[in-house]
Amino acid sequence: MTSGLWELVLQGVWVTIQLLVLSALLATAVSFVVGVARTHRLWIVRFLAGFYTEVFRGTSALVMIFWVFFVLPPAFGWQLVPLWAGTLALGLTYGAYGAEIVRGGLNAVSPAQREAGIALSFTPWQRLRLVLLPQAVPEMIPPFSNLLVELLKGTALVSVMGMGDLAFSGNLVRLALQESAEIYTYLLLIYFVIAFLLTRVMRGLEKKLKAGVTGKAPERGPEAELERPEVAGVGGAVR
Amino acid sequence: MKWDWSAVSDFMPHFWEGLLVTLQVLVIGSLISFVLGLVWALLMRVPSRWMTWPVGAVTEFVRNTPLLVQLFFLFYVLPEWGLTFSPLTTGVIGIGLHYSTYTMQVYRAGIEAVPVGQWEAATALNLPLGRTWTAVILPQAIRRVVPALGNYVISMLKDTPLLMAITVLEMLGEARLFSQANFQFTEPLTVIGVAFVVISYLASLLLRALERRLVH
Repeated sequence: MTSGLWELVLQGVWVTIQLLVLSALLATAVSFVVGVARTHRLWIVRFLAGFYTEVFRGTSALVMIFWVFFVLPPAFGWQLVPLWAGTLALGLTYGAYGAEIVRGGLNAVSPAQREAGIALSFTPWQRLRLVLLPQAVPEMIPPFSNLLVELLKGTALVSVMGMGDLAFSGNLVRLALQESAEIYTYLLLIYFVIAFLLTRVMRGLEKKLKAGVTGKAPERGPEAELERPEVAGVGGAVR
Repeated sequence: MKWDWSAVSDFMPHFWEGLLVTLQVLVIGSLISFVLGLVWALLMRVPSRWMTWPVGAVTEFVRNTPLLVQLFFLFYVLPEWGLTFSPLTTGVIGIGLHYSTYTMQVYRAGIEAVPVGQWEAATALNLPLGRTWTAVILPQAIRRVVPALGNYVISMLKDTPLLMAITVLEMLGEARLFSQANFQFTEPLTVIGVAFVVISYLASLLLRALERRLVH
């Protein structure tokens, strides 16, 4: 491979990372808003949030990307820049999976904690911010870490729409060289390295957050993997 | 926003063809992932680092890299090595292999969840290793893992549109072909979007019923 082709691959890496960071931010925002809404006391809020997760988890990320690229522009007159269209589709889809993680994490906090918050006459917002989230968030990190790797894998889908990410630059190199084994091996290795780094970072984050919560969290046994069928859409039951 | 019902009815014959291909991919891909995942899980229990390390590394690699790139790899590289399959076969192999690295984790958890007493009882009864696995451990393990495996079937359903990228005409491929021929994108893409939601919702209801039956 020539250096020009490597430059192409590096540009692809850069687009993939941009897309990953932006859609991870959007997905995190969506998961917390929707996940907290699913524990709201008004049934209509719970229903709408549940409807959102069912729809976005029910459909395929690639179909969602097609929809954002082809149906939104003529239907609503929005023409999004490819990077934002990809961010929107991935963020909304993976946010729906994240919402299930947030809901599960909030439900796993012992009910006595919520009751103590009520007894101290905290407002619902204070209860969430000061009592529930600090305990729930460290427990959410391992499933979020899996989801982040799934999101990284999901970013490859935008190459189908002709966006110049890593997978797309791989196709260009294949066409230039008329040879595919080498470039696709490199591609898979690059994705693997990024995924590896992401899991390392998330593990460090988990340790840091857990240090702030007193009391030892229960170890996750083999049962944990079989127990949570609801989350297992993409990011769920692994590890 | 304009909605054209005649485009929907024109698309429906293509939709059914696409649905058939999607379901084919799903069924064969699931079978491959169930069998291969069990093979990986059993190989990981071989008490030798020479076996567990390579199997662990390969499956970890496959699990952490995009299915789309793996499909491209199989689609473009296998012919260079003199192995030519149809796009559909390539896609089914790719998706089955990818998901086998997930089902492997599920089997592992199921096997580890079998109480130690069962192993000890098998040893006490002097059962040979093969019989211990086939008659004692696996029947109990597999019963526990069915719901978790079902979840991966549903995820696999949502990954079947990726096969469009290697020219398989499943639901999304049919929708794209139809939209490009008729310049109507809204209707076919919305129809298959709704179809995915409906199918995965029905599948999850079915799964919940199955889970209730297996638990009791």
